Amino acid sequence: MAELFQLQIITPDKKFYKGEAQMVELITTEGQIGVYARHIPLTAVVAPGVLRIHEKEGVKEAALMSGFLQVMPDQVTIMAEVAEWPEEIDANRAKEAKTRAERRLQSHDAELDVSRAELALKRALVRLEVGK
Amino acid sequence: MASMRDIKRRRASIQSTEQITKAMKLVSTVKLQKSKAKAEESAEYFHLMYDTICSILRRSGNIEHKYLKAGDSKKKAVIAITSNRGLAGGYNNNIIRMIMGSEELPAEDTYVYAIGRKGRDGLARKNYEIKADYSEVINEPMYQDAADITAELLDLFTKGEIGEIYLAYTFFKNTVTHIPKLVKLLPVETDMSQDSPDQGNLLMNYEPNEDEVLNAIVPKYMSSLIYGGLLEAVASENGARMTAMDSATNNAEEMIDKLSLQYNRARQGAITQELTEIIAGANAIG
Repeated sequence: MAELFQLQIITPDKKFYKGEAQMVELITTEGQIGVYARHIPLTAVVAPGVLRIHEKEGVKEAALMSGFLQVMPDQVTIMAEVAEWPEEIDANRAKEAKTRAERRLQSHDAELDVSRAELALKRALVRLEVGK
Repeated sequence: MASMRDIKRRRASIQSTEQITKAMKLVSTVKLQKSKAKAEESAEYFHLMYDTICSILRRSGNIEHKYLKAGDSKKKAVIAITSNRGLAGGYNNNIIRMIMGSEELPAEDTYVYAIGRKGRDGLARKNYEIKADYSEVINEPMYQDAADITAELLDLFTKGEIGEIYLAYTFFKNTVTHIPKLVKLLPVETDMSQDSPDQGNLLMNYEPNEDEVLNAIVPKYMSSLIYGGLLEAVASENGARMTAMDSATNNAEEMIDKLSLQYNRARQGAITQELTEIIAGANAIG
């Protein structure tokens, strides 16, 4: 039985999640990480990806777009700018956003902000994955 | 003494004014409750963000970072959050007066990024240069708005066009107390004195490194401060309007009472005079 730790996820508008978790999985700019209790103190930047909270009763999924996380041995705080539960995601909108971003990336426009378009595409893909 | 008709007309006009102020008070009470709840919900993010920034800076000691020292330019930017509408007592004027009164923000070296038409117009009149106007934001503040403003200002800061960034907003202490506040956003300044003892000794790891993490966090810190400021300001605006309208309603009531008294006296006077005239007439005939 894995040890539990306190997990808080806070967005500017509300407290997104607060509870005890065994493990939390998410993607940072440096790659995917999974955090158990008694992790070394760590501050990292969140990249768009699927967030998985492993609770005693099961696994919860959410889409996490940007923010950063602070890991302490007994608690993890994720300051998320945007976070959404599957039921909050509008699949049609995400699909549209995906098509739009792909079209932008293929247009080879000289003024195109490639990193921004890629980020938009990434966000749409994460939403679609969590939403389904 | 004014005639009965004049008093009556005056009283009717004050009565309709009272109805308006009463309605406005009710509207702003409802709005206040909504915006207060919103401000309270976001306050947590706001405080945690501040704590995090403080603890990062405290633990990492004297790191050199572009966001931590003032730019070379002596130009300063101030984000002035006021309201689009008036009739809110001293709410807008307090912000304008605070900006004018602060030594850090002389009119000739300050760019104003106005959120709220009243502040924009008021500061423009005092010879401040209005660089941009985001007044529509105040109607329904969203986090994205704050992020957009942050992006624009950070860009100017990085280019060296502005040296310091301030935020002027009204802090919502409670329903009747609102305090205008001027906060320095950049370079980041934190209160180093209050050390949290339990976390003080932990050695924090940064991925990929301190510089990159600060690069990513400082914009979020700034947007969260701006967003928090916006929500607080909206709550304060409604609170200020509610108080102003409440006292306006009370004043109107007082005036109506006074006028009613005058009116009744005039009416009585008129009746007495009429009676005296009739009696005098009857006496003259008899």
